[in-house]
Amino acid sequence: MLGRANPSFSPFGLIALGLVIIFPRILCGEQIQSIESFDVLDRATRFWEMNDRSVRIVVLGSVLIGISCSLMGSFVVTRKLSLFGDTLSHAVLPGIAVGFMWAESKNNLSMMIGALLAGFFGISCISFLVRFTKISLDSALGIVLSGFYAVGICMLTRIQKMDYGSQAGLDTYLFGQVTSLSSNDLIGILLALSAVVLFLLFGYKELLVTGFDPYFARSINLPTNLIQYLLWVLLGFCVITSLQVIGVVLASALLIIPAASASLLAKRMNFYLLISSVLGASAGLGGAFLSFLGDHLPTGPLIVLVSITFFLFILLVRPKNGVLARLIRSNGQTRRFAMENTLKAIYQVMEKKDFKDSSVHKLELMSRRSIASGPCQKEVNQLERFGYATTSYELQPQDKLPPELLISLTPQGWEYACRIVRNHRLWELYLTNEARYEPDHVHEDAEKIEHVLGEETVRKLERILSNPRQDPHGKLIPSLTDIQGG
Amino acid sequence: MNKSAKPIEIHDLTVSYQRKPVLYGVDLSIEEGSLVGVIGPNGAGKSTLVKTIMNMIKPNGGYVKIFGQSPKRGISRVGYVPQRESVDWDFPVTVMDVVLMGRYAHLGWFKRIGKADRKVASECLEQVDMLPLAARQIGNLSGGQQQRVFLARALAQESLVYLMDEPFAGVDAVTEKAIVGILKGLQDRGKTLIVVHHDLSSAKEYFDHLLLLNMRKVAYGTVESVYTRELLQKTYGGRLTILSEMAFESAGIRAVEKEGRELKR
Repeated sequence: MLGRANPSFSPFGLIALGLVIIFPRILCGEQIQSIESFDVLDRATRFWEMNDRSVRIVVLGSVLIGISCSLMGSFVVTRKLSLFGDTLSHAVLPGIAVGFMWAESKNNLSMMIGALLAGFFGISCISFLVRFTKISLDSALGIVLSGFYAVGICMLTRIQKMDYGSQAGLDTYLFGQVTSLSSNDLIGILLALSAVVLFLLFGYKELLVTGFDPYFARSINLPTNLIQYLLWVLLGFCVITSLQVIGVVLASALLIIPAASASLLAKRMNFYLLISSVLGASAGLGGAFLSFLGDHLPTGPLIVLVSITFFLFILLVRPKNGVLARLIRSNGQTRRFAMENTLKAIYQVMEKKDFKDSSVHKLELMSRRSIASGPCQKEVNQLERFGYATTSYELQPQDKLPPELLISLTPQGWEYACRIVRNHRLWELYLTNEARYEPDHVHEDAEKIEHVLGEETVRKLERILSNPRQDPHGKLIPSLTDIQGG
Repeated sequence: MNKSAKPIEIHDLTVSYQRKPVLYGVDLSIEEGSLVGVIGPNGAGKSTLVKTIMNMIKPNGGYVKIFGQSPKRGISRVGYVPQRESVDWDFPVTVMDVVLMGRYAHLGWFKRIGKADRKVASECLEQVDMLPLAARQIGNLSGGQQQRVFLARALAQESLVYLMDEPFAGVDAVTEKAIVGILKGLQDRGKTLIVVHHDLSSAKEYFDHLLLLNMRKVAYGTVESVYTRELLQKTYGGRLTILSEMAFESAGIRAVEKEGRELKR
C-alpha cells in the first residue's frame, strides 16, 4: 500500500525490482556465500509484510522523512540555495556531539537541542560572513560547512573513546542507520512534517512570491526576511530529524535530488511539490528497504542511489526534452532529411536529361548522391514505402549483366521533389540578391535550409524576390505551375 | 491620507553604497497624474532612486514621502515593476500565477485567491494581449512577453502610483508600443507613473515629465522645459563638477588626493 505500490509509478517499481535483485549481491558481498539465498528473500517479505513493529517504524520514518525533506527541498532548490541545506546538515554535527556529552548517553532531546543551536549558529556565521566581508555566499557556505563538520568529527572521535561512548553508535549520525530508529524519533519526524505542511498550507502564496520575485514581495509589504528565517528554521528541523535515517554527510540528497527531478517535469509549484514529495517518499522507502535487506548497511548512500536512479530515469524518459524523446525526434529528422535529399537527387538527374525520361537508373542516383548501392537501396525502399516512388527492372541488352533498377516518381513524389529543389534555389537566390552573398557561398547553407523552410517563409521569399524563375547558377526554379504540370 | 499631499515627495535624499554616494541631495515633488521618465547615464542612480522610494534601500540622509506618509506605510499604494533580469524565469509558475501575485497585496495572509481575483487577472492579461498564454510556464516566454506579464501583474495591483524599472529594456518594437499605450491608459485614469528609461531619443514622445538624473537631480519638469541640449549635456557630460567632487570627498573617498600629490611635485 505504500510508495512503491503507487500505480502511476509502476516504472519505478520495475527499477526497484531490478535494484532488489542486483543490490543484495553487491551489498552483502562475502556474506552472501555463507547465508542461504532465501534469507534475502525472507528479509524482503518480512519488510513488505510489515508485521514487525520495528519494520513499521522504519517504513513510516523513512517515508515521512522523504516527504518533509523533499517538500522543504523544493523551496531550497527553486530559490537556488541547494548548498545551503548541505551546509546546514553538516553544521549540526558538533551540536549532536555536545548534546551527547551533556547527557552522557544517547538522549534524543539533548542532542536535538544541541543540533538546533549548532544549526542556528552556523547560519548566523554565514550571514555574518556575507554581510560584513567581501566573501561571496558560496565561499561562506563552503567555509562553514567544512569548519563545523571538522569540529563535529573531532568531537565524535573523542566521544567514542570515552567509556560511555562505546554504546553510542554515533556513526549512525554520519551515514544514517534506519534500523536504529526509535518511536521517539518518529514523534520528532512527525512534528517536523506537520510543521512543514502547516507552513505550506498557510503561507503558500507568500512562499511563491518571495521565491519568484523577492523585490516585488517586499514592495507589497511582505515580511520577506521573516519568511526566509522561518524557512531556515523548518529546514533545520527537517534535516535534524532525518539524520538518524540518512546521516549528516548525505542529508542534502533528500533535499536536492527529488526537487531537482521534479523541476524537470513540473511547470507549476503545486505539481512540483507533489512530484518531489512522491519521489522523496519513494527514495526514503527504497533506501530503508535496501538497508534492511543488506543487514544494517548505512541508509544514507542507499537513499541517494535510489533517488539518483529516479532522477536519471526522469531525465531519460520525460516528454519533450527527455533524452529518449530527443533521440527519437532527431532520428526522425535525419531520416526525413535523407529522404528529401534523395528526392532532390532524382530531380537533378532528370533535369540533366532535360526531363526526357520519366525515370532514373539507380546507378545514376548512386553517383549523384555519391553513396554505395546498399544505402541507396535503403533510401529507395523508403521512398516506395511513403508512396513517393515506384521501381521496376529494366532488362539489359547483354544478358550477362543483372537487370538494372529503374526509379520513377509518383505525382506526390514529384511534387515533393520540386518543393525541395524550389526551397533550395529560392534560398540561394535570396542569399545572393538580398543578403549579398557571393554565388559560390550559398550552396552549403541552402543544403540545410531547404529542409526547414516553412510554407509561409517560402511565400515571403517569393514576394521579396518577385516570383523568380532562375537561381543564381542559371538553373530553373520549378514554380507552382511547373509542379502541378509535371 | 492627506488629500493635498503629493504622490511622491523627496527631500534632500542621499544614498550611498559602501561609502560611495549614488544619489546626492535629490529634491523632487511629483504631481498626481504625471507620466515621468527618469533619464540618465549608466550608474546615475536611477534604479537606486526607485528602490529607495520602494523602501528597499535605506537612505543616508533626507526622506521620501508617499502621499505624505513614510515609505513603509505608503508603499501599499505603489505598484512596482522590477527589472526583468532581477527574477528567475525558470521558476515553476505560470503566466497566470505571476499576474495573480499582483492581487496578493489585497489579500493578506491565510487568504486564498478567489474568483474575483482571477477575473481581474484575466482582464489584465487581456489588456497586454497575453491571455492566450495564461497557462504557459514563464520560462517559455520571449523577453517582450515577460515584460508584458510584469506589466499585467502591476495592472492587477490597481495601485495609485507605479514605479517601473526599465520596462522597455530588451523588448521588441511591438511590445514597446503596447507598453506605451498601457502607460498612457493608466495616466488617463489618473495614476501617477515613474518610469526608468534608457533611450534618450524616445523619451521625448513617451513621457510628459522628465527627471534628468546623474547622482543628483540635474533637472525636473515638463518635457518641453527640460529636454534641452544644455541640460542633457549636463546630465550625460560626466561628473566632473565641483559638487560631485565634494560629494565623493564627504563620503570619505579622496578623489582629489592624486591631484594634491601632483601639485606638490
